[in-house]
Amino acid sequence: MRNLSILIAGVGGQGTLLTSQVLGAAAMKAGYDVKMSEVHGMAQRGGSVVTYVRIGKNVNSPVIEKGGADILLCFEKLEALRWIDYAKEDGTVIVNDQRIDPMPVIIGSVKYPEGVIEKLSARFPNVLPVKALDAARELGNIKVLNIVMLGLMAKNTDIPVETWHEAIRETVKEKFVDLNIKAFDKGYQMAV
Amino acid sequence: MKKLMLGNEAVARGAYEAGVTVASAYPGTPSTEITEFIAKYDDIYAEWAPNEKVALEVAIGASFGGARAVCAMKHVGLNVAADPLFTVSYTGVNGGLVICVADDPGMHSSQNEQDSRNYALAAKVPMLEPSDSQECKDYMIKALEISEQFDTPVILRLTTRISHSSSIVELKDREAVPLKPYKKDFGKHVMMPAMARKRHVIVEERMKKLALYAEETELNKIVWGSTDIGVITSGISYQYSKEAFGDASFLKLGMIYPLPEKLIKEFASRVKTLYVIEELDPFIETFLKKIGVNCIGKEKLPVIGEYSAALLRGKLLEEDTAGDNENHGDVPARPPVLCPGCPHRGVFYTLKKNKLTVLGDIGCYTLGALPPLESMDTCVCMGASIGMAHGIEKARGSDFARKTVAVIGDSTFIHSGITGLIDIVYNKGTSTVIIVDNSTTGMTGHQDNPCTGITLKGELTRQVDLVKLCHAIGVERVRVCDPFDLDEFDRVVREETSSDEPSVIIAQRPCALLKSVKYGGLVRVNADLCRYCKVCMRLGCPAIVDTGEGITINDALCGGCNLCISVCRFNAFEKAGDSNA
Repeated sequence: MRNLSILIAGVGGQGTLLTSQVLGAAAMKAGYDVKMSEVHGMAQRGGSVVTYVRIGKNVNSPVIEKGGADILLCFEKLEALRWIDYAKEDGTVIVNDQRIDPMPVIIGSVKYPEGVIEKLSARFPNVLPVKALDAARELGNIKVLNIVMLGLMAKNTDIPVETWHEAIRETVKEKFVDLNIKAFDKGYQMAV
Repeated sequence: MKKLMLGNEAVARGAYEAGVTVASAYPGTPSTEITEFIAKYDDIYAEWAPNEKVALEVAIGASFGGARAVCAMKHVGLNVAADPLFTVSYTGVNGGLVICVADDPGMHSSQNEQDSRNYALAAKVPMLEPSDSQECKDYMIKALEISEQFDTPVILRLTTRISHSSSIVELKDREAVPLKPYKKDFGKHVMMPAMARKRHVIVEERMKKLALYAEETELNKIVWGSTDIGVITSGISYQYSKEAFGDASFLKLGMIYPLPEKLIKEFASRVKTLYVIEELDPFIETFLKKIGVNCIGKEKLPVIGEYSAALLRGKLLEEDTAGDNENHGDVPARPPVLCPGCPHRGVFYTLKKNKLTVLGDIGCYTLGALPPLESMDTCVCMGASIGMAHGIEKARGSDFARKTVAVIGDSTFIHSGITGLIDIVYNKGTSTVIIVDNSTTGMTGHQDNPCTGITLKGELTRQVDLVKLCHAIGVERVRVCDPFDLDEFDRVVREETSSDEPSVIIAQRPCALLKSVKYGGLVRVNADLCRYCKVCMRLGCPAIVDTGEGITINDALCGGCNLCISVCRFNAFEKAGDSNA
């Protein structure tokens, strides 16, 4: 049983909280101790949202600190850059190659940084850029890009696919279960 | 059965298992989900009260009536509920009474960083503090027992990282707790001076008994490890400490008021270096100093913000740790913004255009203070906008008042804005109050409130009629207006601010995130018509993007609300495709 600290970062509205809930549920089903931490309140208002998921034999703190994440799962490029210091030196950074401008960029007071993926790759050997928005569009709903990303990430764990499916069935609203399982499978296959 | 539970859900589960039958609360991050989860249990009556003071009074009534009762609030909510708190400490309880209060170290979603443990000391009420979800459940049950055993209300103190963290909880069945008989008891329940003086004596005796209980209870436990380092801690700080000093000895305090003097002295005498690790104020540390126990605490650790294992190692062991978890270098910030389609955008666009001084309040609309709207001058506490508008008028005169408005949400107005408005009417003010009525309590995640006509349990109920209410308290000028009708809203704001009597504008348009809100079709930019004048950028809509060469719409964000169509003089925006909303 491997100890894993997974940091999930995105923009409010991208489904960061739901993703961590599915991940937590799957890990618990697989017999892990689980602690997760999330900050609510601003989550629907387009702010930077981050959740921490820590799994292992026995977990104390629910919070991941700088240099502590085995996996960074980022739904937006700038957010990957924001949380990059939290990845371990040999950590895996999975980043959705999508740009969402924050308000200071929109109003022109700062520039959106250029070459984000290159910057990340220069610092970490294991950076995996993903076109998750395109994959979600192909499934007919851009909102499932989070679960596509989760499917991709799942390859890094020893949790079986069936357990992930069960976790999705339990966590996601009934009418969206099939769509999310498809999204998960698509991401899981992309990782191969 | 085991379940992965949010701390707040586990608190609710504890209330359920312990046979609670009445719960009342006002939503406030990070406490809101406690009551939302309680409401899911059919065996518990649960409600949103108009504010925290009422919520606690409802819980006190239920307790006097013989039921086990709880109420929940965020830290600043306890300030509102402080009046009943200090006196229910004197009356004691009948059925068990627990007040859940969630502090927000680091101010993830709050206007101050107060440490509510000080209330336990000031109000002479015992306080428990869990360190994970299992303890959230267990301590809620224990708090109800202590409440009945010692005839006292009990505070359950949470923090953001406990309320909003999930861990595994063992579930049990609900205990059927019979309603206790109600007995009229003049000396205990009627706090007039003669009776209160007698009750105060009982309160002091009770605190002594509770201090003895603190020495024995399993809530406070020593976990022996190496005696080179001993740590006295509680709540989330226990988890950080365990991570930082895994092999040290720990005195983990589950009951943080009153504190166990003997247990602390015994622990302290057996370790070489003693740390007290607690977020925010030196609450435990001050007690140690008082009883003459030397320790290292706030001389090395901050009284501001959240702790972490790295921070503890860095400050106490002087290790070179990765450092400040808050620092993200020069990456552009991503502050929260008013959503695409937000009705408040029309309000603040108009207020900025008219260069008004805006006394603000607490809710989503506080985001109107940020660029580019930048049209809110103040934010102090729930309801403050109205009293402050009146105060600034009395200080600077009625000419100034004609360029001033108060802006307050519907739920916040009900919470504590009504009394401010009565003050304006009674004391001959002329302020204009804009109630931004979006038909929900938005910031905390869409709770119903007395203006929505739906209860926490999802039942239809009578709806507060804001127009009639304002008329009834003496405001003759009450206007209802759609803030997306920019011309009309602008005219109404000008008329009402220039009037020399009090007035209320109800800016009515539902929150764009409500399921009932359907805007038809996305908007796109016709590049041939766009003159790149950037007037639309003044809306601060996250879906409108300035590429440096022109304006485009981010179709993943656009809600199709059409406000940009209204502000563009060149008709460069047009409808296209289906809406995401």
